[in-house]
Amino acid sequence: EKSKTTFFSKLSKAVAGKSKVDDDVLDNLEEILVSSDVGVATTLKIIDRIEARVAKDKYLGTEELNKILREEIAGLLAETNVGNETEFTVPKDKKPYVIMVVGVNGVGKTTTIGKLASQFKKQGLKVVLGAGDTFRAAAIDQLQVWADRIGVPIIKQKMGSDPASVAFDTVQSAVNQDADVVIIDTAGRLHNKVNLMNELTKIKRVMQKVIDDAPHEVLLVLDGSTGQNAFEQAKQFTKATEVTSLAVTKLDGTAKGGVVIGISDQFKIPVKYIGVGEQVDDLQVFNKIEFVDSFFK
Amino acid sequence: MFSNLSDKLDKAIHVLKGHGQITEINVAETLKEVRRALLDADVNYKIAKEFTSRVKEKALGQNVLTTLNPGQLLVKIVKDELTELMGGETVGINLKGTPTVILMSGLQGSGKTTFSGKLANYLKTKKSKEVLLVGCDVYRPAAINQLKVVGEQIGVEVYAEEGNQNPVEISENAIKYAKANSKNVVIIDTAGRLAVDETMMTEISNIHKAVNPQETLFVVDSMTGQDAVNTAKAFNDVLNFEGVILTKLDGDTRGGAALSIKSVVDKPIKFIGTGEKMEAIDVFHPDRMAERILGMGDVVSLVERA
Ligand SMILES: Nc1nc2c(ncn2[C@@H]2O[C@H](COP(=O)(O)OP(=O)(O)OP(=O)(O)O)[C@@H](O)[C@H]2O)c(=O)[nH]1
Ligand SMILES: Nc1nc2c(ncn2[C@@H]2O[C@H](COP(=O)(O)OP(=O)(O)OP(=O)(O)O)[C@@H](O)[C@H]2O)c(=O)[nH]1
Ligand SMILES: [Mg+2]
Ligand SMILES: [Mg+2]
Repeated sequence: EKSKTTFFSKLSKAVAGKSKVDDDVLDNLEEILVSSDVGVATTLKIIDRIEARVAKDKYLGTEELNKILREEIAGLLAETNVGNETEFTVPKDKKPYVIMVVGVNGVGKTTTIGKLASQFKKQGLKVVLGAGDTFRAAAIDQLQVWADRIGVPIIKQKMGSDPASVAFDTVQSAVNQDADVVIIDTAGRLHNKVNLMNELTKIKRVMQKVIDDAPHEVLLVLDGSTGQNAFEQAKQFTKATEVTSLAVTKLDGTAKGGVVIGISDQFKIPVKYIGVGEQVDDLQVFNKIEFVDSFFK
Repeated sequence: MFSNLSDKLDKAIHVLKGHGQITEINVAETLKEVRRALLDADVNYKIAKEFTSRVKEKALGQNVLTTLNPGQLLVKIVKDELTELMGGETVGINLKGTPTVILMSGLQGSGKTTFSGKLANYLKTKKSKEVLLVGCDVYRPAAINQLKVVGEQIGVEVYAEEGNQNPVEISENAIKYAKANSKNVVIIDTAGRLAVDETMMTEISNIHKAVNPQETLFVVDSMTGQDAVNTAKAFNDVLNFEGVILTKLDGDTRGGAALSIKSVVDKPIKFIGTGEKMEAIDVFHPDRMAERILGMGDVVSLVERA
């Protein structure tokens, strides 16, 4: 609350009746954005946009400037985020709708899958989970616990088995069961490990033997407390799997997750979900205005 | 994003070249680039600012040696300052106490369970210790199983109490068990928790009081961004930990969080994690970390070219 009042009160003093935002305010804005992990490049882009707007629409009041500020930041997300959805939805014309979940180690993939499965099940959809992390200790057990908790079937093999084979089995089984949604878990992997990234490409390809356009969605999970490295994660995972959507986790902490603004801007991938806790209902549909507002809290 | 520091400094150094002394004017542009490199490496905003102004103070008025031009000298000052900040000597684990008790702490998914296994394996194979791993994460699905699988992989016994939801009790019982079974080291794995979660922070504080560990370690993901300072400070306020473990350095992150944490809590970084396997553990080298944060490999080649 404190930084919010000071920032916006400074803003009003510095801006009202002027045609140029003064350096103090911009410094302050820079601090807020960089401290939210927005990154230097994106921060400069936002500041440029604001300066341009202010120069054009002279003699702004604080109210208007606040609005512009939010609009310009959210604007970087706008092109890719249709934005105002509040529901968890899957397209009706793809059945089963196949979601493959990817990301670096420990970001929250398996947990997000549990939460998502629960949301879909609540809507009366038939969900099947695939235990594609056959590498990490007890990863299969972890997904099994989630499956039991929610009451959805899980397809799994032994630890150490081929993840592509698990994915194939899962999609096949979902087709046989006439399921609506398939969610495939994968092992965490750092994006600079070429072999592991190739493995993802293979998992994807093998699913296409059952459904040609599967997976319909590749969900990249980013840890909200990750800094600028998330850029490289988005880049490399996109290269290997054509990521179609993002989930940002752990936003119940003090980290702001600002790095996704630049990612969304640069790679045109929409942020779909945010994780706000470890419990089954702690997943929300992404709302860009609330997200941007959180930087100023 | 990860464009080399050398690219950024190249232009700045051209500006400096040909001057015999570092002055306020010729240093400004370069320091701006250094600051930006630090921010791109995830060094905390305030700390990056402080760092560059300290470097400026050191640099101003320095006469340039014959072999170095002002740009080179400045880069050297940056590197020396950074290395010093990252901490001098490598600090090991305190193995006093019978048994030695080591408590893991950190955010969700930072790598505590994996590192518990690595450390157990290291102490077993390198220091010939009898180690007991203790599963105190009673929350995360299959957390205890994970630790058991890890224990099996490295041949280290795991103490857990199925059905007991009280980590304080479990850890106390584990120490009794360790004493009765002549274990030298007890490593307590705990659940991940957010620093703002008061109930969970109180819980780990209670475990800490109950077992009075020789070593409390704060495990942090090296990809962490600006929030690293808040978290490290909050955990340190509650636990006054002995050291920091930096995980997932096998990635391509610059790891500026290391510098932020070091600056804010001034505790040594003791080990690093460099992979998912049990052998992927290394002692921390401050100079290498300093080079990594700034991409100093690039800077060295820059200096050679200049
Ligand atoms: N506070 C909080 N914790 C979360 C959130 N999402 C996941 N977690 C926790 O983060 C930790 C890691 O989550 P996982 O789901 O196992 O992550 P993962 O990406 O599957 O990990 P690997 O499979 O090991 O790569 C667990 O302790 C989760 O409970 C979130 O939104 N908020
Ligand atoms: N590449 C790499 N992965 C690591 C490293 N350390 C841990 N991991 C992986 O990171 C993920 C999370 O590790 P865990 O040990 O489960 O983390 P944790 O802190 O115990 O997680 P919670 O108990 O959920 O809070 C797993 O996929 C690990 O294999 C490392 O140094 N390098
Ligand atoms: Mg997982
Ligand atoms: Mg754990």
